[in-house]
Amino acid sequence: MTDLYQIRDLRLSLADMTAKPLFGTAPRIEILRGLTFDIPKGEVLGIVGGSGSGKSTLGRAMVRLLEPSGGSIHFEDQDITHLPEAALRPLRRRFQMIFQDPMSSLNPRRRVAGIIAGPLALHGFDRIDARVDEALDHVGLPRALRHRYPHELSGGQRQRVGIARAIAMQPEFILADEIVSGLDVSSQAQILNLLEGLVRDLGLTLAFISHDLSVIRRLCSRILVLHRGEIVENATSEQLFAAPQAAYTRELLAAIPLPDPGQPWD
Amino acid sequence: MTPFLSIRNLSVGLRGSNARLLRDVTLTLNPGEVRGLVGESGAGKSMIGKAILGTLPLSATALKGEIWLDGIDLQRLPPAERRRKIGATAALIPQDPLTALNPSRRIGPQITDRLVDILRWPCAKATARALELLDQVHIPDAPRVMRSYPHELSGGMRQRILIASAFAAEPKLIVADEPTTALDVTVQKQILKLIRDMQARHGTALLFVTHDLGVVSKVCQSLSVLYSGKVIEDTTVPTFFAGPAHRYSAALLAATPKYTDPMGSLTPVPEEVVAEVRAEVAATDKGWRHD
Repeated sequence: MTDLYQIRDLRLSLADMTAKPLFGTAPRIEILRGLTFDIPKGEVLGIVGGSGSGKSTLGRAMVRLLEPSGGSIHFEDQDITHLPEAALRPLRRRFQMIFQDPMSSLNPRRRVAGIIAGPLALHGFDRIDARVDEALDHVGLPRALRHRYPHELSGGQRQRVGIARAIAMQPEFILADEIVSGLDVSSQAQILNLLEGLVRDLGLTLAFISHDLSVIRRLCSRILVLHRGEIVENATSEQLFAAPQAAYTRELLAAIPLPDPGQPWD
Repeated sequence: MTPFLSIRNLSVGLRGSNARLLRDVTLTLNPGEVRGLVGESGAGKSMIGKAILGTLPLSATALKGEIWLDGIDLQRLPPAERRRKIGATAALIPQDPLTALNPSRRIGPQITDRLVDILRWPCAKATARALELLDQVHIPDAPRVMRSYPHELSGGMRQRILIASAFAAEPKLIVADEPTTALDVTVQKQILKLIRDMQARHGTALLFVTHDLGVVSKVCQSLSVLYSGKVIEDTTVPTFFAGPAHRYSAALLAATPKYTDPMGSLTPVPEEVVAEVRAEVAATDKGWRHD
């Protein structure tokens, strides 16, 4: 199996504007402190960590919404670490992103069809109308919803539109950043089942960011645990749940309240 | 034991339509009891809290039914007196600690305002009380935090401050409206334990609004499951987790993720169960008319 992503010693720091002196430069905060891992084609990778652990920053660096300050990111053997925007453009179709809050990531003034068609037109796809319909079919939304605005949809339906927009581009890689944390348990289960099916049917590679280990057990084959910008554990799903190695992973697991009054929780 | 809070056949309607947000809700809360209000979004769980605290949105009307708080039927009190009664006996722990705090004021006055303005405490006494409470919620260096602005504190710290300020006036009832959904799991655990400890220490009755049955099993003694503004099941925590009585609540429990289960239990609520519970709710609407 070849690797879709090869990430070596990835570092990213941002200026801490809250600590900036009146004159002179702001100190830098290290957000990612040397991450090294690969994502083989077809893998579903879970990225887990508490708030501030750098999981979203890592995701944004992988799809090059942020430029790393050190290390390297190879996407399909091409170095994209410091690629300028113009050179990234043609690659952008190939790595898509699904966002946490579907309400703020869907344009409230455009209808569902327009939202999905927008990026297709930008990248010069043909048969745009047909592709929009196909994408809606894939995510299990009735085609009649084409003409709705985002505010007319439920939370689960909006998240499906976000997924449809991503898969319509026929990407090789999708980054899903906390996409179920705003949903009810039932819609959560539906979206996770949908993703599981799409990964299988479309041969996608997926990175799934979440702060909740319990939602990713079934979906992900491998899990990275981040803590303060470092990888504290990189294990297959079975290994991680059977015998978590890092103390932080055990802490994360122990903190999840199971729906069982008998669970020791103190 | 007479219940401290008793809601009887409460229906809340949407102004200008015939829709109901709450449908004949009946529930009781004993002194010192912790009850979970569980349901999906739109089930009306926050609405119950708002009805009790008298903070229903303008588009809603309290239509029928009674809310008895501490032996008094709130609906019969004139508005000013009702507000005073609610202010003196009940408090809220809100969901989002960032929007609940005023970003342009320091923490200190935001806690003491209520003691000074509503309960007419002298400033010095209110400040001393605030410091004592911040200490109880394990905030280090309380005097410094009192002078801070909300943006200078982390999400967990802000939620601690809201907990402290809810308990400050020794209310007998607290409505906690999804107090931990904005926090990550390790901080959630600390905050839940803190709420539980504070509740036990002060003997407060607690209405805990959440969509997470895992949280309910850790914090509550009893729970009401809601669907579309109707109480579907009203039971104790041990009974519920031993086996829910209603098919809908059983499906909701099955949909709750469990990391200990290799299959991850990703079972959405089946459509026939949704249809069944919808029909049940619709049946209660038969003959319903707004006045």
